[in-house]
Parts: sequence; C-alpha cells; structure tokens
Amino acid sequence: MVAITTDPIDVTSALEHLHSGQAGAIDLFLGVVRDNTKDRPVDRLEYEAYDRMAISEMQKIADEANRRWPLLRHVIIHRKGTLQTGEMAVLIGVATAHRADAFEACRYIIDTIKETVPIWKKEVFTDGEVWVNAHP
Amino acid sequence: MNTTVLVLLFGITRDLTGQSAVSVPLSEGMRVGDLLTHLHLQYPELAGIRSLLVAVNGEYAERDQALGSNDEIALIPPVSGG
Repeated sequence: MVAITTDPIDVTSALEHLHSGQAGAIDLFLGVVRDNTKDRPVDRLEYEAYDRMAISEMQKIADEANRRWPLLRHVIIHRKGTLQTGEMAVLIGVATAHRADAFEACRYIIDTIKETVPIWKKEVFTDGEVWVNAHP
Repeated sequence: MNTTVLVLLFGITRDLTGQSAVSVPLSEGMRVGDLLTHLHLQYPELAGIRSLLVAVNGEYAERDQALGSNDEIALIPPVSGG
C-alpha cells in the first residue's frame, strides 16, 4: 500500500496491513519531526507534495523493493501539511520471511524516497524559514 | 497557432515566483531545455536553485524531451521528503 495523507499516520492500521502468517520479520521506519536542525530550534515543518507524481514515484520504489527483496507486504505512507515537532511525517513498513531482507528493504525505501519523490519540506524556525535542500 | 502551456510550481519555486503555476508560450518543437531557459529568463531567481528538474505528465523528463500543449508540466526543485 502506498499513500499520501493529511491526517495523522495510524501505526496500528499499518501494522495490521503488514501481518502475514509467512512473515518472520516486520520492520517499521517512522520519520518524525525533530525539534532542531544543526542546533537551530525548529518550530514546525510544512510538507508539500505533487500528489499525483509522488504516489507514482513511491509506487515505483515499492515495485523496485519487491523486485530486489522477497517482500510479503509493504506499506508506504507520507503525510503532508503542517507538522509539529514529534509528529510522524512518514511510515515505511515491510514484512519478510527473514529479518535481513526487512532491514535492507526498509532502508532502501526511505533512502530512495528522499532522492526521487516530489515532496518538499520547509523548516520553520522561530526566526525564519527555509526549504530543505533547495540552497537558493 | 499561438498556444501556451501551464507549468505547476512547488516548494521554493512557488515562493520565488509568488505563483503556483505560470503560463509559458509553447513554440514549435519546444523542448524541456527550452522551457527551462525561458523560465530562467523570466524568473532569474530560479537560477539560484541547486538542481531544477522538470516533470512531464508525472514523470521526470530529460532536457531534450519535446513538449505538447496537452502535457501536464511541473518544475521539480530538489526534493526533501521523509
């Protein structure tokens, strides 16, 4: 399952989706809004997505992960909108027979999301704001 | 025939131009690279972005890809999800 949502991400529902009798390992990666960047206090993050393309790029990543590792199930959910510190921005979950595949696939998915999926985040500080990675 | 294409803007490109979409005249045989050149001339501040890609119909496009009037075009500044 691949999704973009403006609602808080429901970990319990994601876990239910991942359950499989054949699974010996379930890996969850939760990306959470941190309260600082390089010691500069972050007030909140604002996420924006090009929804149509973000969904298709996340699906491509899921397809590639399924090609590389024997995944039984997968979940990729990315939240957009304004998120306060401590809130979950992204959930990646994979279920596999063995743990090594689960760790590797989970890492591949989150690392690749950060490279190719058109989702942008703006860090809002108490004294300014900046689009992450843009370096204007 | 005079026609235009709409270019969707996100993230820093929207902030720099103050618009969520801009209209660009579509010339005969226009390619992605020509579109970027046009946008850089129209909005010089876009040239400061580290890496600006273009998506056509929801897919990353090469600079030599030809553009048509029915294409959905978007500027893709460096992504930062997760």
